[in-house]
Amino acid sequence: MKTNFKQIKEKIIETILMLSSAATSITVVLIVFFLFVEGAGVFNKKPIDDGFLLAVSAENTVHKLQPSQIKDIYDQKITNWKELGGKDQAIVLFRAGDITDYYTEEELGENFEFFPDKINELVAKTPGIIAFFSDKYKAKDFTGRELDIDKIKVSEFLTGEEWFPTAQPIAQMGVKPLIYGTLWVSFGAILLALPIGLAAAIYLSEIAKKRTRSILKPIIELLAGIPSVVYGFFGLVIIVPLIQSTFNLPVGETGLAGSVVLAIMALPTIITISEDAMRNTPRAMKEASLALGASQWQTIYKVVMPYSASGITAGAILGIGRAIGETMAVLMVTGNAAVIPTTLLEPVRTIPATIAAELGEAPNGGLHYEALFALGCILFIITFGINMLVEVVTNRKSHKKH
Amino acid sequence: MNKTKLFLMLPLIGMLSCGKAKTEDQGNETSSAATSVTIKGSDTVLPLAQKEAEDLMKGNKEISITVVGGGSGVGLTALIDGTTDIAMASRDMKTEEKLKFSEMNKEIEEVIIAYDALTVIVNPANKVSKLTREQLEKIFTGQITNWKEVGGEDGKIVAYSRESSSGTYEFFKDEVLDKKNYASNILSLPATGAIVQAVGQTKGAIGYIGLAYETKEVKQLAVSYDEGKTFIEPSVASAKDKTYPISRPLFYMFDKTNAAKVKTVVDFALSDEGQKIVSEIGYVPLK
Repeated sequence: MKTNFKQIKEKIIETILMLSSAATSITVVLIVFFLFVEGAGVFNKKPIDDGFLLAVSAENTVHKLQPSQIKDIYDQKITNWKELGGKDQAIVLFRAGDITDYYTEEELGENFEFFPDKINELVAKTPGIIAFFSDKYKAKDFTGRELDIDKIKVSEFLTGEEWFPTAQPIAQMGVKPLIYGTLWVSFGAILLALPIGLAAAIYLSEIAKKRTRSILKPIIELLAGIPSVVYGFFGLVIIVPLIQSTFNLPVGETGLAGSVVLAIMALPTIITISEDAMRNTPRAMKEASLALGASQWQTIYKVVMPYSASGITAGAILGIGRAIGETMAVLMVTGNAAVIPTTLLEPVRTIPATIAAELGEAPNGGLHYEALFALGCILFIITFGINMLVEVVTNRKSHKKH
Repeated sequence: MNKTKLFLMLPLIGMLSCGKAKTEDQGNETSSAATSVTIKGSDTVLPLAQKEAEDLMKGNKEISITVVGGGSGVGLTALIDGTTDIAMASRDMKTEEKLKFSEMNKEIEEVIIAYDALTVIVNPANKVSKLTREQLEKIFTGQITNWKEVGGEDGKIVAYSRESSSGTYEFFKDEVLDKKNYASNILSLPATGAIVQAVGQTKGAIGYIGLAYETKEVKQLAVSYDEGKTFIEPSVASAKDKTYPISRPLFYMFDKTNAAKVKTVVDFALSDEGQKIVSEIGYVPLK
């Protein structure tokens, strides 16, 4: 009876354990699936608001416009159709809300019933017009010509250099500056954090006296417990002005500021994990090395480091992971200007910061919303790629050594 | 056995919990004695509506108010769909929205509950103390990049903006930039506090914030909307008498047929008590 009960208990525990691991892996797969389904939606859409259209006069000879050209037209950087290969004629901008500049409310009718006709009339009599309005107000006998707008292409999305997801009438979805920004900041952070982290780990595990270690380690671990907003604020108030005065820059919110903050944030992870790995080096191995006449440095370099290589890599991966995915701290210190950076001393905008800053206002299921999910996919691919790379590198190393 | 069954159930549960939550919050139409009012819309009005709702509910147990943000457009869409009683808006209705209401034969009452004004700020060390709207437009669209072009010292202009999700971003774009897009090298920060901090510590900086946030770390600029003839200093007084140009009314909008239900809320917003909260939150009261 008793053994039976015990068996059942063990079975139950076994099932719970199995379920939790199964649930975790299924959740991960589902999240990735969800991310990609939502993100792929962006390539099924036109960069114009749903149900809206851009129309020109029928006499206009321009048939096709690129999204960037439409933006320049509405920003009044292009003011003549001649610049787009059309006739020499000034461009007249029209948005549905501008109708009251042309017609009185009485002319539009009490319930705006003449609205479609008036737009039609306006487009017909203004040869240089480009009109942006809802297709609900397109008259049945509309005489103007609707401009073709292509769906967003993957290549345009990845190589576009302008990120104006809420621009009217045409959203500019170019993620190149965001990808570059993310990579610059993360690699900067790793370049700063890895050497310092490794040095600290070696010191703590091999050189420091027990007393020093017992003071230093809890302090370093405390760093991991500070919320990222606090790091961000610290960065904004201390690091940003410091960088600005050190490099004599017009603005201190730069990729470098982001890298420094992220490096500080990644340090405890890197130090703790690599230090644990180094301390796990068997005493026999170290003593054998010392007995053979190797100095302490030679032992660290030739025995401890290779032995703990996988632990150090794990620390580095987790550090990079934190750096690439970090939002709040970066959002506050990098300036978030969506331009392609050429040095670390320029403002950059990262992918996580973009998602965090914009998802709140993006309408559920809309173009902007799906574009942000597509950004999430890109971020996922980047982190996944880095993890794979590190895995491959460490595997090769450990084969050589053993 | 049980195990296999559970294993089959698991993905199902996972799928269900991953389902997209696309359902909108419906206005609470409970038939209890207490009236429940839903207010939805502009994030600019949100803190004000929230505080007013709290104070109103404290004094009046008969009413329960739910305040939801999302943006002016979201609130007006909800009003069109009938899922909210009051829409908060930081702008007037667009022609498109007016059209939608007229299609549905709905008459909408707009009530101005407060004003919001934006101030253009620079670093205190900056010699420039006034700019015209045209100059501001050129600075934020990237055509003017040096302070000496607008009468200041030689130095690069660093322009700060809010994130695109902010109502202030749109307001500044519509009002000051003449609906043109910001230059892409504009720095954008997630919060007004961060803009004050950044402008305070960056010599060539320029940014915009709500009038309520005035602090000593930054200098406010006078602006001109008539090409430099008159420059108006930003202040609560100039915003109230409407001489200060970069200000906007904040609205409560509701269906006229629903007026009786929302009366308590609207009346409270216009009362002395409600207007006192307006000043506390940092907007400009009506009187």
